[in-house]
Amino acid sequence: MRRICANEQLCMGCGLCEVYCTVWHSKSRDFIKAFRREHPKPISRVRLVQEKPVSFAVQCRHCNDPPCVFACLTGAMHIDEGTGLVMHDDEKCIGCLTCIMVCPFGAIKIDPYRHKVVAKCDLCQGLDVPACVANCPNEALTLEEV
Amino acid sequence: MTRYVIIGGSAGAVGAVEAIREVDPIGDIIVISDEPKPAYSRPMIADYLSGEASLEKMFFPTKDFWDKNKVQMRLWKKVVKLDLPQKTVELENAEKINFDKLLIATGGKPFIPKMEGTTRKGVYNFTTIVDTQRIEEALNKAQKAIVIGGGLIGVSAAEALAKRGLKVTIVELKDCILNLILDKEAAKIVETVMQKNGLSVITGRTVQRILGRKDNDEAVGAVVLDNGTVIECDMVVVAVGVIPRTELAAQTDLKVNRGILVDRFMQTNVPNVYACGDVAEAYDFIHETNRVLALWPLARIGGRVAGYNMAGQKCEYPGGTAMSTLNYFGVPIISVGLTTLDEAEGYETLTFHDQEAGVYRKIVLKDGTIVGMTLVRDIESAGIIFNLMKNKVNVEGFKHKLIADNFSLASLPETLRKQLLLGI
Repeated sequence: MRRICANEQLCMGCGLCEVYCTVWHSKSRDFIKAFRREHPKPISRVRLVQEKPVSFAVQCRHCNDPPCVFACLTGAMHIDEGTGLVMHDDEKCIGCLTCIMVCPFGAIKIDPYRHKVVAKCDLCQGLDVPACVANCPNEALTLEEV
Repeated sequence: MTRYVIIGGSAGAVGAVEAIREVDPIGDIIVISDEPKPAYSRPMIADYLSGEASLEKMFFPTKDFWDKNKVQMRLWKKVVKLDLPQKTVELENAEKINFDKLLIATGGKPFIPKMEGTTRKGVYNFTTIVDTQRIEEALNKAQKAIVIGGGLIGVSAAEALAKRGLKVTIVELKDCILNLILDKEAAKIVETVMQKNGLSVITGRTVQRILGRKDNDEAVGAVVLDNGTVIECDMVVVAVGVIPRTELAAQTDLKVNRGILVDRFMQTNVPNVYACGDVAEAYDFIHETNRVLALWPLARIGGRVAGYNMAGQKCEYPGGTAMSTLNYFGVPIISVGLTTLDEAEGYETLTFHDQEAGVYRKIVLKDGTIVGMTLVRDIESAGIIFNLMKNKVNVEGFKHKLIADNFSLASLPETLRKQLLLGI
């Protein structure tokens, strides 16, 4: 299985990971439209965390024994049978926040623009290399086989 | 071939089935449930009542889960007797089912306080989809509802009824709502949100009697509080708590305290018999003793642990604790562990409260480790703290960061960070 790894020594805290993530997860996948016109506004699933001088990007780790999946009240958070990735079904989610309570990485977000739903990294389904990794200007993010 | 029998078809059964099937793809699994439908997300009934979730969305974890896992479902069947020495369970129609491994996951049932009028038409519980459907049927004629009990179930019911346009009053015996989950500060925030959304909250009072209507004594017309106040209503939801459904254990050798006692492997004192979920009294990692914790995630996790062990793969239950997430009218709150001890001996409390923004953070420490947390509105880092708590990490060196505005993984000491992110 693949996992995104962050090298905090290389992270400059530029936030481009969040920008590219947002665009990939938008409807239009167009910068201007995504940030200015789309409703609901798309949000980034990666979180740039900083406590200077430390900074790095945090995405869902797609844990082998994912606490979010087993805590989920609705079955929205689930392990994809094909890929083994931890996936989230927006349709089933009721925004109960239980996943957020148990994620050791703080990798799950509340989507503030939609009604009662959370969002997290899906390793950019449809892309060979996730948008944050492909566009990190200092190669602080890498995709590793684990 | 092993035959697994699971009594109860909800979160605990789901956990057990998924674990058993990871280890044993061919054993017989029989799930006996006294509900007419296969598992649905019970916590979702409030969203269903409010109109925010459809029935279709509620199947838990998915509609095809049972078929996929080759489970024989015996729905709408009630187990009336256990014969543990003979390894059989008996159904209402006298049918006997043998087991090699048994899981008791019968859940909890609403506690009905002794008071006059609870049998009147218009008095409901709020723990099953059937309760919800009964309320739904009465909704178009109802205007005013009284919810007895300001706990998780009561407040959830109240929110849903208010969203459906009813005038709702919550009556809570203690001096604040959600008092088992939240401290006074956080409870006050919820109360204010409730009131802003048109609900009334009466605390420090209890309902003494439920009166009939003047034109129809069988139907609910009003409640009388212990101070004599009469409040008119046409619906009453009784939500004063749930108790473990331990009846089946009564004529057996099973050890029962408040719930059926289980060890760290979710096994009861009788070999081959396991219990999990709301009916069980299992390990609490904060109290470091067994407790009944009627929480959905713990039922599924306990069920998983039971399932692995039933199928022969040793697995230890990490333990649960009181852990709740609330999201009433869009105000996110997460509360875990001991949160209501204020400056009790031996405990240290760190708090941050921005009254204007309604942001509140509180961490309770004992001997350098976290034993309680409450976060209001600013909650996305809750899981990091939850895991520090669960793993009993000494946070003395960075404890003040836990309640800081930008607390994140980057706030942790390097060694801890690396351990978490790189597994080293």
